[in-house]
Amino acid sequence: MDNVTTHGSVAPGHAHDHAHDAHDDHHTELGFWRKYVFSVDHKVIGIQYAVTGLIFLLFGFTLMMIMRWQLAYPGRPIPLIGAWLGQDRAPMGIMLPEFYNQLGAMHGTIMVFLGVVPLAVGGFGNFVMPLQIGAPDMAFPKLNMVSYWVYFLGGVTMLASFFPTGGAAQSGWTSYPPLAVIAPGQTMWLVGMIFLITSSLLGSVNFIVTIVQLRAKGLTWMRLPFFVWAQLVTAFLLLLAFPPLEAAGVLQLMDRVAGTSFFMPSGLVVSGKPMMISGNGNPLLWQHLFWFLAHPEVYVLILPAFGIISEIIANNTRKPLWGYKTLVYAVVFLGFMSFVVWAHHMFMTGMGTTMSAFFQTTTMIISIPSVIVLTALLLSLWGASIRFNVPMLFALAFLPMFAIGGLTGLPLGLAPSDIHLHDTYYVIGHFHYVVAPGTIFALFGGVYYWFPKATGRQMNAALGYIHFWTSFICINLVFMPMFIQGLGGMNRRMYDGGAQYAHNAGLLKWNIVIGMAAWTLGLCQLPFIYNFFASIKWGKPVDKNPWEATTLEWSAPSPPGHGNFLTEPVVYRGPYEYSVPGAAKDFSPQFEA
Amino acid sequence: MEIPYIVETRADTGLNNSKLGIWLFLASEVMLFGALFSTYIILRVGAPEWPHGELSVLFGTINTVILISSSVTMVMAWASLKMNEWAKHRMYLIVTILLASVFLVNKFFEYAEHVGKGELPSHDTFFAIYFTLTGLHGLHIVGGIVVMLYLLGPGAKLHKKNPEMFTNRIEATGLYWHFVDLVWIFLFPVLYLL
Amino acid sequence: MHSDPAEIKKSIRTYMLVGAVLLVGTVITVAANQLHLEVPLAITVALIIATTKGSFVAAVFMHLSHEKKWIYGALLLTVAFFIVLMTVPFLTVNDNIGTPITVSAPEHAGH
Repeated sequence: MDNVTTHGSVAPGHAHDHAHDAHDDHHTELGFWRKYVFSVDHKVIGIQYAVTGLIFLLFGFTLMMIMRWQLAYPGRPIPLIGAWLGQDRAPMGIMLPEFYNQLGAMHGTIMVFLGVVPLAVGGFGNFVMPLQIGAPDMAFPKLNMVSYWVYFLGGVTMLASFFPTGGAAQSGWTSYPPLAVIAPGQTMWLVGMIFLITSSLLGSVNFIVTIVQLRAKGLTWMRLPFFVWAQLVTAFLLLLAFPPLEAAGVLQLMDRVAGTSFFMPSGLVVSGKPMMISGNGNPLLWQHLFWFLAHPEVYVLILPAFGIISEIIANNTRKPLWGYKTLVYAVVFLGFMSFVVWAHHMFMTGMGTTMSAFFQTTTMIISIPSVIVLTALLLSLWGASIRFNVPMLFALAFLPMFAIGGLTGLPLGLAPSDIHLHDTYYVIGHFHYVVAPGTIFALFGGVYYWFPKATGRQMNAALGYIHFWTSFICINLVFMPMFIQGLGGMNRRMYDGGAQYAHNAGLLKWNIVIGMAAWTLGLCQLPFIYNFFASIKWGKPVDKNPWEATTLEWSAPSPPGHGNFLTEPVVYRGPYEYSVPGAAKDFSPQFEA
Repeated sequence: MEIPYIVETRADTGLNNSKLGIWLFLASEVMLFGALFSTYIILRVGAPEWPHGELSVLFGTINTVILISSSVTMVMAWASLKMNEWAKHRMYLIVTILLASVFLVNKFFEYAEHVGKGELPSHDTFFAIYFTLTGLHGLHIVGGIVVMLYLLGPGAKLHKKNPEMFTNRIEATGLYWHFVDLVWIFLFPVLYLL
Repeated sequence: MHSDPAEIKKSIRTYMLVGAVLLVGTVITVAANQLHLEVPLAITVALIIATTKGSFVAAVFMHLSHEKKWIYGALLLTVAFFIVLMTVPFLTVNDNIGTPITVSAPEHAGH
């Protein structure tokens, strides 16, 4: 019997588990649909989120690869797929500006909302967190299942939005009115977002209740793995920051279909004709409601990554993390501050000097906890016995990459410098450094790290090293030149790569470098994709704790069965008791007496 | 291992899972309606003139009285259950549902009147925010009615199997319902009076 | 399960009392509207009355007066961010502090 499946199958632990589950179901074998599709098991749901998220990441990446062709070679027919795109997207294979805009808006939307967050929170959070706190599942397993399928619905809606006449949303992932109200594709985008936001809200309630209520005996707050703290703060961000965007989405939907003027100013003229609307709306209102979410959202993107990196670093330095308490206070403070910085995305909207000063101040303050986290992680390397395995390489690379991303944020957070840099490629370079060689590298590391727990097998290390090094080189070649372009004044979101502006002339060559690097980066993911699926079947089998780690998830079988733990877990010490003087092994797990 | 603290409370937090869960959900709802109130402020400040007297204060007051009363009957439905008075519990739950339904009927008549006069959301930003705020609130009332009907109907069977869990569900529903009332307590003066 | 049947019986009086207070508060709100106060004052009065009514609903009907720390904490956080959401966008749109007021505007030829 093949015990090992992609879904953390019920089979191995089933024979040992004799407790009823919470809703008094009898332990009859579940059918295929209840076991693998509409499962309420957090491990299955976690894998569903992770695989779906990875697929969307690949799709979003593909959209970008197509964009980069147009930017590198404006007006040249797109190779391979140009012919299939059709007359309204790329007549004779040459990309239309409208299609470029669709690719841009959907790349951002898909990467952020369908790719990174579902993988980082839905995937890693769901799978790892209950195991790390010694819980049998999430507090509300059925709600968990609903969260995944609503996300799935949102994803399908977003993908489907490419097909109706007019195409997908094409007003940036930021969907600013009035353009977003009059442009095609936006209605399905808004409906999709409402699904996604609902999914997130339900998930965040589940995460918080689980962490607060279901911690194992002995697992006090200051013994929690840092990953769990990161997920807790993230859940609060999602809980409180998403609702305003949901409201804003409904308002924009009404502007589009009900003719309201929430965001539509008076006196709008479109294609020479005055718009017959009531007017008196405010486009800035959308920006406020959007960025009220979207700023905390970027911390939603980074916090799980901090959490994953911390676990991997502690494990592969064979030392406790430096400054655990400091890290905890830093991320809690970070979470709080993230709610009061949003208008640094709006410095150019004409706000007065007082409010501008307010947001510049809060933005500078929020850089402090990030620096604290990075410093603590860096100091954790001092005097360590570093094991340079694949997860660790991704974790180590994260540190300087996130540093670059974070530092380049500073001139954007100060209004005077932002005047020159706003809406340029500098911004794109900044945020991609944090998300791409930042968060996504952390997520890759997490996949390699927890794959053995989820499947009972290890991914191939050689392929992992190839994946890491090639990705690391290519990704820097993609994003570093963007700072040069941005500083030179090249605007973002221009479908010809800036060729129409004389001041960009010297910067255009970088588009070719970036394009080449991006397509190569795409090829470099093939070893990872192959490794991921092949290792499920043929990876080296492992036991409970292949990394010799200290946190609770490594006390469960690989993969864990229904109910996760064979006996109720008890925690005896902190999460990172590595190299304890006088101990028999170089690691003292939390769960060993 | 069973999921703990579904019914019994956890010692250090003093809570069961659903109590914490419903309050967190309500916190998110505060932010949802908050965004719409913020919208109201910005739209009103940005409007050259803001309509007054467009809405029927009578209807609004009646609806306020109805909703407050339904809050009382809802908490009584829970209290009766805690005191093991099943019949009273059922009665209060039914009255709550009826009051909520009357609220909706009133709103329907109000909306119909405005629509008849051409006062649609597209008419001006006042009606846009009026319909959106009261519409979203109304959807929440519908949701509440659906849950109450479930707990009156098929959901009531849980009372036999696990009375404490059923009581917790009634309490959670009550918390949700009081929140809906609370939102209206602010909506009414903001939209109808100011 | 924080109170037994006997305690609940005592609370019922309180529920009824609060219900009456809320209804009276409603009458007061409508009556205050009839005074046709200046807009800023009218808003202040209306919000004070509404907040008072809301506090009663929260404290008594929702049992918030004897809830647990985690609930208080989550709500405190929410209230803080709610206030930010109410005030900051408005201030941004309305911020003239620090902008010098010039008496004579220069002539432009157009945009």
